[in-house]
Amino acid sequence: MESNGNEELSRIIDELKSLKTEKSNIEHRISALEAQLRKIKVKKDDEMPNSNGSCTSTVKSFVDSSFGHGLSPNMIYRYSRHLLLPSFGVQGQSNLVKSSILVVGAGGLGAPALLYLAACGVGRLGIVDHDIVELNNLHRQIIHTEAYIGWSKVESAAAACRSVNSTIQIVEHKEAFRTSNALEIMSKYDIVVDATDNVPSRYMINDCCVVLGKPLVSGAALGMEGQLTVYNYNGGPCYRCLFPVPPPTTACQRCSDSGVLGVVPGVIGCLQALEAIKIASVIGEPLSGRMLLFDALSARIRIVKLRERSSQCKACGENAALTQQQFQNFDYEKFTQSPLSTSPLKLNLLTPTARISSKEYSEKVAGREAHILVDVRPTHHYKIVSLPNSMNIPLPTLEDRLPEISSALKKEEERRGVNTGSSACLYVICRRGNDSQRAVECLHKMGLTSAKDIIGGLETWAHDVDPNFPTY
Amino acid sequence: MQLTLEFGGGLELLCDSVKIHKINVDPEAGVEKLTMKHLLAWVRTNLIKERPEMFMKGDSVRPGVLVLVNDCDWELTGQLDTTLEEKDVVVFISTLHGG
Ligand SMILES: [Zn+2]
Repeated sequence: MESNGNEELSRIIDELKSLKTEKSNIEHRISALEAQLRKIKVKKDDEMPNSNGSCTSTVKSFVDSSFGHGLSPNMIYRYSRHLLLPSFGVQGQSNLVKSSILVVGAGGLGAPALLYLAACGVGRLGIVDHDIVELNNLHRQIIHTEAYIGWSKVESAAAACRSVNSTIQIVEHKEAFRTSNALEIMSKYDIVVDATDNVPSRYMINDCCVVLGKPLVSGAALGMEGQLTVYNYNGGPCYRCLFPVPPPTTACQRCSDSGVLGVVPGVIGCLQALEAIKIASVIGEPLSGRMLLFDALSARIRIVKLRERSSQCKACGENAALTQQQFQNFDYEKFTQSPLSTSPLKLNLLTPTARISSKEYSEKVAGREAHILVDVRPTHHYKIVSLPNSMNIPLPTLEDRLPEISSALKKEEERRGVNTGSSACLYVICRRGNDSQRAVECLHKMGLTSAKDIIGGLETWAHDVDPNFPTY
Repeated sequence: MQLTLEFGGGLELLCDSVKIHKINVDPEAGVEKLTMKHLLAWVRTNLIKERPEMFMKGDSVRPGVLVLVNDCDWELTGQLDTTLEEKDVVVFISTLHGG
């Protein structure tokens, strides 16, 4: 009975696996064919079904010339709710259809921004990203679906945008945005949306916008808070006017370290789409010279007045005259002391003798070696998952709680009946193996010279020792 | 003088994770008006519980922190020389970079 159940289970799992692969292949085939179809359709212009759903092959000259606003019958029907808005109307939509917008970053901010920009009928929509879709993106990057895990974010986002609106041009830039390609990519667009997640990119995108004279819709989100503003628009300030000096690297938290409530970048991304639409369609008052601060927990939105364009600004100031050449030679990683890519930091503080691999540690556990394992992650991380028999002492409290470690070591020695002369070992672990090195450095200074860090932390443990150990 | 101070963008972590502080602070002896410069020193002594370098640099805020007096960038009101009035609201916000 038992073994029958197991067979049944593995048969179902196998079949599911193969069906999912098949499904993903089919979906990609569909999106490739759709792209081909679109190219052919662009040539044939407007032979889409009209409002009645019947397919009329419209006389081309009638479509192009008779209404004087460049909107085809199909567009009139698709965007009718925009056209009905007195403050938007035919002129707004017509401006939108003729505009081009570049979204840098197809993550938490870019996801809703791209969907709305595609849906609303922006003429040309560019997407830049070099990342791939991962499972832990999906809680906030709602443009991506499970079927696209492992695929490039640009391809995934472009397919989603096309499925919403197959009549606009979507340009895929499957590359990292760098000083070497930024000018060339950005010069093809009217408006830029900064939906990136790091400091050097923000300075680089700002400067590129200043050099090329493009308005920049800038959004950011972290934890439970978001920020939004429009830079370099209509004489307003640029990012460097506000932040001439980059923040210290310790002040630059990332979603992968600090967490983010999925809907928070969603809200900011939607507002970025809104600001970009306002600029493109020439309606309303874009959020230039002002900043919107969103606090999700207290449900408060504050809009504050910002300084004016600074005459001293290194990018847009009176004597700045930042040239394309200067921009291309500027080292943004050096300027901000942080990497453009989001790959996590890999410290190397300790000598090899003060370190141990996760495999070696697992052998010590199996060999019942007398030891203490200290986990220096924050307590809310420890609550997600931890190794058995570890003690949680967050790094900032390490010095104060040194006596606890000493007494735990003593207890372990007594319990194991360790012979006099030898002693219980002290191992330190964290999430990725950086804080554990800082902790070991600190422990060495405080006299616990035998302390060793487990290289690569729990991520490496999950990778090399226990594939079932959850990562986050 | 009664003021409301707000910390955001992660700066609240430096003051026991409390975002809004209703405070009472008076100008230095012999001075009529309370300035932002004095308020910053007061905040550093009385509210900042850890890593003061994440809040201040020299006698001003560190790069990447926006200071808003009654919802207005302090660059427009005189930065450190901004004088404060009863019931003013001062916001300190660290710029975010995530997405
Ligand atoms: Zn500027």
